[in-house]
Amino acid sequence: MTRRLVYLTLTGILLLTAFPLYFSFVVASQDNSALSQVPPPVLPGENLFENIRRVFETVPFDQALLNSVIVSSANTASVVLFSTLAGFAFAKLRFRGRTALLLTVVGTMMVPTQLGIIPLFMLINELEWHDTLLAVIVPALVNAFGVFFMTQYLSEALPTELLEAGRIDGAATHRLFWHVVLPVARPAAAVLGMLTFLNVWNDYLWPLVVLASPENQTVQVALSQLRAGYVQDYSLALTGTMLATLPLLIVFGLLGKQLIGGIMQGAVKG
Amino acid sequence: MPSDRPAAGWRTPLPTRSLGDSHVKERPVRNWLYKADTQLSPYVYISPFFLLFAVFGLFPLGYTAWVSLHDWTLLSDEHPFTGLANYRELLADPYFWNALRNTISILLLSTVPQLIFALILAHLVNRRLRAKTLWRLGMLLPNVTSVVAVVVIFSQLFGRDFGLINWLLDSFGLGRIDWQAGVASSHVAIAAMITWRWTGYNALIFLAAMQAVPKELYESATLDGATPGQQLRKITIPSIRPTIIFVVIVSTIYGLQVFAEPQLFAGGGPNGIMGGPDRQFQTLTLYMYEHGFNRGFEFGYASATAWVMFGLIVLIAGANYLITRRIRSSR
Repeated sequence: MTRRLVYLTLTGILLLTAFPLYFSFVVASQDNSALSQVPPPVLPGENLFENIRRVFETVPFDQALLNSVIVSSANTASVVLFSTLAGFAFAKLRFRGRTALLLTVVGTMMVPTQLGIIPLFMLINELEWHDTLLAVIVPALVNAFGVFFMTQYLSEALPTELLEAGRIDGAATHRLFWHVVLPVARPAAAVLGMLTFLNVWNDYLWPLVVLASPENQTVQVALSQLRAGYVQDYSLALTGTMLATLPLLIVFGLLGKQLIGGIMQGAVKG
Repeated sequence: MPSDRPAAGWRTPLPTRSLGDSHVKERPVRNWLYKADTQLSPYVYISPFFLLFAVFGLFPLGYTAWVSLHDWTLLSDEHPFTGLANYRELLADPYFWNALRNTISILLLSTVPQLIFALILAHLVNRRLRAKTLWRLGMLLPNVTSVVAVVVIFSQLFGRDFGLINWLLDSFGLGRIDWQAGVASSHVAIAAMITWRWTGYNALIFLAAMQAVPKELYESATLDGATPGQQLRKITIPSIRPTIIFVVIVSTIYGLQVFAEPQLFAGGGPNGIMGGPDRQFQTLTLYMYEHGFNRGFEFGYASATAWVMFGLIVLIAGANYLITRRIRSSR
């Protein structure tokens, strides 16, 4: 294959990838009736702000955004903290059963826990967390991927000598964690944090099951409400979609390179 | 696994004199504290994951099996033991078999092209390229978009009357397709959404593995006159076999539990739960959701569905493992 052909193919794929997102912006900026024209519009229209106003009118979108920010931030912080703690232990501390426990962590990644959704729902009811953000936050406080990811990173990036030096100075393990491990873990923590934020922000099934009232819903559930309805209002639904995706795309533009590095790093060793 | 590196040398002898710890006078107490700290801390640090997984992951999954043996609904306090009755009822329900067929069909239509495209794409990018980051960002872009967003976008594209795809088909004189109405066409549309969202991500995973393949292999193959296609088949694929197995299994597990794509393609609501008015794309997870949360909260019956799905996932993932393991090793 010649070089030129490779670039041509890649450009084609890139356009195919980007087109649906571009087109959703086009639809979001149009009057719904404009969509029934032949040929369909391919350039942005002038109705974007009107559509945004309608989104906030149809569903409590500001509340949904706030809920999603709360849930995603809480879980990002907790996943990064707990994963770094566990990763530190697995990578650098000696204890009985270390290898077996680490293998267990990796094995749990293959367990389809979504299938336990019925008893999970019963459990949440028992705890009286139904229709509260706690029901979404607590089960996702830490996950196997995060633990494994931080273990991988710290076993390479954290110099053992640094820990030993801290030990000789008489630092207890938790001091080592705060003053030696956390600063070293920062780059990986940023990648893990972003991956977690994305995943939690985009989560759908469980919030749909457990968050009943409109004022407690997350953005994805609110979006699904815009999609429902007898008359399909695509400019409304896609404006909501755009509003929910734009913050992620901005962050992605800024930190995407590191994110890709993180995913690929996890893949090689995984 | 990081086991190639020895764990930190916590066997370092205790310092006889510690710096900045003048308040600790008693050495035995200090010794004891030190021991407790080094021996317990690791367990304390890893415990959040194991506790959480036990309570919110493993327990619900196991309890599903127990619930599935009962006539258990949310609305009644009594839940008598009924043995395998739920399973018998399930296997006698034509809608269950319909959901199973739909799930397998969507799984095949989405996973097979997705993995082939991902391999080819990774192979294309696995060379010196200008604007390296641009291509990679493009590959990950669809995965950053939420499932809900993807389905809303693609539902517009696949719309019957005003969808862009039908407009294209029409202008080429191929006629319009009512994508949602047909069994095959709706499965193709749903598979397109899954493929669009996951191909690039999987390609990145493949690419990472490909970069670890020694360059000399390709150089000598080129000298021997092997075409890029041959190199892909004879060198790349055998070399990244473990990664392929991993991706195949993860995609299978995901594909068997597809929920949001069919539910929202049908427009959400009751129609969504049925996977279209004729259940033409109701998947197993939708079927489970329908009985568990939409129809009188039949927890027992829905749990039986979940447990059957669990068995299926183990079976199909296992079969995939055996199939992909047979890819010949390169050396």
